[in-house]
Amino acid sequence: MSGTGVVKLKIDGVEVTANEGETILSAAKRAGIKIPALCYLDGLSSYGGCRLCIVEVKGSPRLFPACTTPVSNGMEVTTDSPKLRKYRKMTIELLLSEKPHICAICIANGNCELQDLAREFGVDHLRVEREWKSQKIDLSHSFLVLDNNRCILCTRCLRVCDEIEGVHALDIKMRGKDSQIIIDIDDDWGSSISCTSCRKCARVCPVGAIYVRDEPISRTKNKDIAQFILLRRRR
Amino acid sequence: MSSEDRRLQMLERIMREHGYDKSALLEILHMAHELYGYFDKNLLNYISSRLNLPPSHVYGVASFYNLFKFRRPGEHVISACMGTACYVKGVEEIVSAIEREFNIKRGGSSPDGRISLFITRCIGACAMAPNITIDGEVIGRATKEAVLERIRKVLGGGVVEAR
Repeated sequence: MSGTGVVKLKIDGVEVTANEGETILSAAKRAGIKIPALCYLDGLSSYGGCRLCIVEVKGSPRLFPACTTPVSNGMEVTTDSPKLRKYRKMTIELLLSEKPHICAICIANGNCELQDLAREFGVDHLRVEREWKSQKIDLSHSFLVLDNNRCILCTRCLRVCDEIEGVHALDIKMRGKDSQIIIDIDDDWGSSISCTSCRKCARVCPVGAIYVRDEPISRTKNKDIAQFILLRRRR
Repeated sequence: MSSEDRRLQMLERIMREHGYDKSALLEILHMAHELYGYFDKNLLNYISSRLNLPPSHVYGVASFYNLFKFRRPGEHVISACMGTACYVKGVEEIVSAIEREFNIKRGGSSPDGRISLFITRCIGACAMAPNITIDGEVIGRATKEAVLERIRKVLGGGVVEAR
């Protein structure tokens, strides 16, 4: 029997103790088990959008997103299997097919989480047809650039803006394949009244959709920033 | 008092009735859309400031819904049902005919702002397919000729028979 608020589960055969209400992803992380994810970021709320952190839970034919599924006692989780690899690979291909992701002309080339995952999962071509509409690049801000052509809609930028910076200058407009990141009322970034130019959005962007102009992306990206600020707050 | 002031006053009253509650955003957007017929940035900015919500959030919610318009609709509104039954029964041909005849594009308005042409999802009158709605009046088993004539009549200002 476990004590109050503590559950025991198995992740990839390893016995793990977790707090009630904790997610599978967070329990796995503590046990040193890495689960791939694009939208999840330490320090931010879970979004459950990218579907790369899907895991198998014994007794259910469904796959569960590890970042939003709470642990339960006696749960047996598998984070890596041929089935999961197959699904994750397809998800990456679908992400790549939705926008003109051309690494050679992308500022994030070599510092891109999507590219890293594509390489890790052996995505060397797309089995689905590429389909996208060309989007306007917002160059109106004095140093921040928003290129919706590279965006995977992970919403890290809007969560870091809302939850860490406390502004919510960014959001998503429309829906489905028309979805796009916007600033204020779909304004040009340069004329935004709420943006504080803190560049946290550029720091956490997993791809090259938001970046700091004329600076090497390896210097401007820092995805630990959300957790850093969250943990060291005085209140 | 101008109609602009009156509409704003009504919108303000509705927001007050909701206690300027942030979670009543969608309800308030509905009422604002009913009053104005479409959203422009000033209106959304106004709602955002009265409810103390981030402008991007208000825009994000408003733009999520297909039925909210972001451009001023024309004087007369034509909507074509693109449900499966209407599509099979040839509504596409009627829509193209309207586009050609009145020099408009689906989703847009004529240059003089007199008519708009919208595409809708299934309106639930499949037995009467194809369906075209002109200013709220549904024309069932529509033909190209009948629809074009009705639009000409509406635009000509002639009296349209009661439904």
